[in-house]
Amino acid sequence: MDTPSPAVVTVRSLTKRFGPDGPPALDALDAEILPGEITGLVGPDGAGKTTLIRLMTGLMAPTEGHVEVFGNDTRTRAQAVQEAIGYMPQRFGLYEDLSVLENLTLYAELRGLPEQDRPEVFAELLRFTDLARFTARLAGRLSGGMKQKLGLACALLKKPRLLLLDEPGVGVDPISRRELWSMVENLTREGIAVVWSTAYLDEAEACSRVLLLNEGKLLFAGPPGQLTGRTRGRVFRVSGFQGRKRDVLAGLLEDPLVSDGVIQGEALRLVLRQESPPERLQGMVMVPAEPRFEDSFVDLLGGGPGGRSVLAENTREFPKDDPKPAIEARGLTRMFGDFTAAADITFSVPRGEIFGLLGPNGAGKSTTFKMLCGLLKPTRGEGRVAGFDLRRDGANARNRLGYMAQKFSLYGDLSVAQNLDFFAGVYGLDRASRRARTRMMTEIFDLGPYARQSARDLPLGLKQRLALACSVMHEPDVLFLDEPTSGVDPITRREFWTHINGLVERGVSVLVTTHFMDEAEYCDRISLIYRGRSIALGSPDDLKASARSDDLPDPTMEDAFIALIRKSGADGEPKGGTVS
Amino acid sequence: MRLRDSLRRIRALVRKETRQILRDPSSILIAFILPILLLFLFGYGVSLDTKNVRVGLVVESPSPVTASLAGAFRGTPYFQVSEGRDRREFEDSLMRGHLRGIVVVPKMFTEDLAAGRRAAVQVLTDGTDPNTAKFVQAYTEGTVALWLAGQGSGAVQAPAGLTVEQRFWFNPELASRFFLVPGAIAIVLTLVGTLLTSLVVAREWERGTMEAMMATPVSALEIVIGKLVPYFILGLASVTLCLVLATLVFQVPFRGSFFALYLLAAVFLLPSLGLGLLISSLTKNQFLASQIALLSGFLPAFLLSGFLFQIGSMPVAIRFLTAVVPARHLVPSLSSVFLAGDIWPMYLEAIAILALMGAVLLTVSVRMTRKRID
Amino acid sequence: MAVRERLFALVVKELLAILRDPRGRVVLIAPPMVQLLVFSFAATLDVTRIDIAVLNQDAGHHSIEAIQRIAGAPPFRTIHYVHSPAELEDAIVMQRAIAAIQFGSDFSRNVDSGREARIQVLLDGRKSNAAQIVFSYLNRIFAEVASEYPLSLRARDMAGPGVDVVARAWFNPNLEDLWYMVPSLVAVIALLMGLLVTALSIARERELGTFDQLMVSPLRTWEILVGKVIPPMMIGFVHITLFVLAAVFLFRVPLNGSLPLLYGASFFFLFATVGVGLFLSAASTTQQQAILGAFVFMVPSLVLSGFVTPIENMPGWLQVVSYANPVRYYLIIVKGVFLKDLPADAIFQNTVPMAVIGVVTMLAATWLFRHRQE
Repeated sequence: MDTPSPAVVTVRSLTKRFGPDGPPALDALDAEILPGEITGLVGPDGAGKTTLIRLMTGLMAPTEGHVEVFGNDTRTRAQAVQEAIGYMPQRFGLYEDLSVLENLTLYAELRGLPEQDRPEVFAELLRFTDLARFTARLAGRLSGGMKQKLGLACALLKKPRLLLLDEPGVGVDPISRRELWSMVENLTREGIAVVWSTAYLDEAEACSRVLLLNEGKLLFAGPPGQLTGRTRGRVFRVSGFQGRKRDVLAGLLEDPLVSDGVIQGEALRLVLRQESPPERLQGMVMVPAEPRFEDSFVDLLGGGPGGRSVLAENTREFPKDDPKPAIEARGLTRMFGDFTAAADITFSVPRGEIFGLLGPNGAGKSTTFKMLCGLLKPTRGEGRVAGFDLRRDGANARNRLGYMAQKFSLYGDLSVAQNLDFFAGVYGLDRASRRARTRMMTEIFDLGPYARQSARDLPLGLKQRLALACSVMHEPDVLFLDEPTSGVDPITRREFWTHINGLVERGVSVLVTTHFMDEAEYCDRISLIYRGRSIALGSPDDLKASARSDDLPDPTMEDAFIALIRKSGADGEPKGGTVS
Repeated sequence: MRLRDSLRRIRALVRKETRQILRDPSSILIAFILPILLLFLFGYGVSLDTKNVRVGLVVESPSPVTASLAGAFRGTPYFQVSEGRDRREFEDSLMRGHLRGIVVVPKMFTEDLAAGRRAAVQVLTDGTDPNTAKFVQAYTEGTVALWLAGQGSGAVQAPAGLTVEQRFWFNPELASRFFLVPGAIAIVLTLVGTLLTSLVVAREWERGTMEAMMATPVSALEIVIGKLVPYFILGLASVTLCLVLATLVFQVPFRGSFFALYLLAAVFLLPSLGLGLLISSLTKNQFLASQIALLSGFLPAFLLSGFLFQIGSMPVAIRFLTAVVPARHLVPSLSSVFLAGDIWPMYLEAIAILALMGAVLLTVSVRMTRKRID
Repeated sequence: MAVRERLFALVVKELLAILRDPRGRVVLIAPPMVQLLVFSFAATLDVTRIDIAVLNQDAGHHSIEAIQRIAGAPPFRTIHYVHSPAELEDAIVMQRAIAAIQFGSDFSRNVDSGREARIQVLLDGRKSNAAQIVFSYLNRIFAEVASEYPLSLRARDMAGPGVDVVARAWFNPNLEDLWYMVPSLVAVIALLMGLLVTALSIARERELGTFDQLMVSPLRTWEILVGKVIPPMMIGFVHITLFVLAAVFLFRVPLNGSLPLLYGASFFFLFATVGVGLFLSAASTTQQQAILGAFVFMVPSLVLSGFVTPIENMPGWLQVVSYANPVRYYLIIVKGVFLKDLPADAIFQNTVPMAVIGVVTMLAATWLFRHRQE
């Protein structure tokens, strides 16, 4: 090293294989991480993001090539590397039987934070993570999002010179994510290098530089704007069409000339494969739009999935004219001790509708969710699904609902194929249909290559795919999806929504919780849950309209979300803690 | 400076582990409730001093002589006798295990004795439990001999002209709990050291906390020490509990010094903990860890340590095997510290062997706890 | 119809969760077989290969003759000759010898002159059980030796007709320990494995978060429980089959009774074991709690089963406690079927309590399962 490089991390022809004959998880990678900026690590699930981060921590050794962190080879000087870094793994690394404060103290000691600095640092981190009220609570009793924040706080305890964050945004609500981002940005001003692996492309767009991985190869390295430019002139905002947005979009996505498309407010956002619009779009209003990172990302990876859902086409039709609501919540209330996790939640979802529960972490979404599908007994009130009270009518009612949990909850010890088989069996499918359905699910969700792999070892996005496949195995008429797309790459997310939309067309009713504001646009109606209460209920357009003001003439869903929460915080008395 | 950092990290890990122990009722269960249970069972339940064995006594033709013999059988505390006239009355009970043996005084017994011929008493025993069978046989012989001696002119020891004076050192009452209770302490220490430790480390792997911890400047050695110290102290705490119970409740004498007892226990904990750590870093899975801890820790301490079964009586291959069972080296010293007093040459030998085993196991487990996740 | 599909899926899933991991397969088969092999040979209450110390202050030939007789007797291995009482005591204290024999300087003279000759035997009370057995061996040898001495006057007086005790052991004529240990270990190991596998089943799902997924599926509570009960029972039958094969072909233990009856009784034994395991699992929130809970059940159930020591030796109230122990009944059945051809009604009598234990624990598990969902 005669010419000192400014790079904090230098990756040279790095290859990592698991097992001697396995395909490379990372393939001859060269990259650099620079100080004082956030480097985004993006790519579809299974691209090798987590592996790359683990190699930088020195917890894994490269098969070939080198990783140097501050000039230390991770293979030989792992200890020196670990002195300099902060790392938050995907699974948080928290001790569930220790309290919030005890976890912080432990990691402060382990990372060598001087005792006299602790009160100040803790106070700052607790404020930032909004955990100050819960310092005495056991980490195991925090909601998923709160655990994530605590995990991050533990990684930030002693200002590291290199901060490695593996999907810090997963399961975190937009407000917290914004706060997180600004905090990390402050760190970069002090010269700290940050590696931020993410599936959220709005985050990637805000990074100074991104590394885009796909199948272990580096497809792009550079400022995100450079990649964004790739689709310039091919992005349009389309409006002036007849019919429901979802249906129109589904049709358009089938057009070979359309690379990608999503719902954006009242219009559609399309990325075309060429600059001239296809015939189909005639008669609609097309306004050229500024390309976003996400447009180019999807385009670079070969465009989004089509608008057809093979899954929906193979699902039986449910009568949509059934006057009885598919899901009904009447005054649902749940107390944990003297703390109210959910208070007086009331709504009903007619057949063939997507109903969204939105809210920050720990607001009570999951509690509501669990009461409706019979996992929690409501303290007061009543929940009905397809006309049944799940606590009372049990098994037969449960046969008609599909459930996808927030945390991966399939059998990690079993292979993908065995999981599919199990759920087919548990829902009582006979031999022939079991075989047919599992084969179909394997094809639809492209699980074939992974069929014999343990579910535990799948990348996050594939786990979610498998979970969705398992939950719709028995053609349920009501689908409960708890943050189905959290941590899932944009392409898979589009695929998920294609399926959800298709199923709804068949008369399936869907109750979904999500953090993605753009996904909220897919819902027919939304209930905004905050501190255990429903503070707003209506269609996405209604909610946005209610947030409209002189400052914000055209609020996005995210603006509406923040505005509504502010408004309720002003008049509603904040309630104690949260459990979800 | 580096050492101070290192000590601070270890202290943090120890504090964390201690909190986890105190919060999880199951660690308390294994460290304190199970010892009480074990000592209780070995103090009261297990007695190798056989008494009140149920036997059937068949007198085929009663006479004053046989009545006196039957009286001898009724009088001994070792037997609990049911009497009958025909052995067939008892055969079924022997089959069903209600009786452990049948003593038959044959028809010719009185006649033979009167005629100065050697008479015979038959014993049928239930061979499915060879120990009890041998016992029934031996005590029948004893009872008959005693009766016979009583029949003669004076009360005399059986081997005429030869007096054997016996003295059982350290345990003149021959109470088996005197050696079973100290032996149980070795089992308790094995459970705390091997089973509990292997579970808690495997749990850290399963829950992913190990990954986060390893990415901090903590070294593998510090992680190992951070695990060792709390369970080491927990182990010594349960020794204290055992000591109190053994001496106060079970009246086992304590003739050695506290120093010797704690030193032995402390050194024994090294290989136990080392084995526990090794198991967990190899399996990283609580189910497998518990199975292997059962096989390599608990059962050997129970069966191969010489506390229930004499090592000298085992086949040669198994005797060699017992050499690597840490409990086998502890048990003789442990029973001595209770019953005999401080026998330092013996303790030092045990300590040297255990320390060597501990050093090997701990070194290997530090090596195995490499800071790598692939 | 659908019920069958659901149960089938559950059972397959449970089996895969245990057996898919190659380490899981190894752990399920190898350790039990190793246990059977090692412990069958290790667990013997016989005392052989005895080391004794001798202090011979006698100049005559009678003591040497006695010592040679001891040296020639099969259970004795080494005779350490010592030269002072201090050395003699040291041999005991350091456990180089379990018994120490001292012949006084006038021993041979007394024998020859027909006077009372004394032998002092010092025994290690720290192993009081083994020491007693050693003492009984020595006594027998001394009696034999004495019978050849010129009779003293007094002894001549009482030399009357003798009584021979003729012993015969049914079911196990040579009193082979293996014949006892192998069938007993079948029960013990089947208990250990069945308990651990079942105890983990629900606790594991709770800890890993898969439990909710089961609860929202159309499975009814009883279906989930049945699904949790069948796989460990299947594994248990595999174990029992392996053990029976090993017992018959490897250890050559006679199998006199009816195999179908053994399997029938085994069903209820496994049912009771799995019931206990399920109860522990339903009561635990983590795997660690379940495993440790299983241990706390396991240890007393081994001690109170009659495996280590006969139940009739225990205090009355402990005998009552042992009625709740399924191993107690199964031990009688296994040994009975192997060695005795135990009649069907006796097997039935011992099967009913196991069925009752199974039903009670299953009901308790169901109740806990329902009430611990949140």
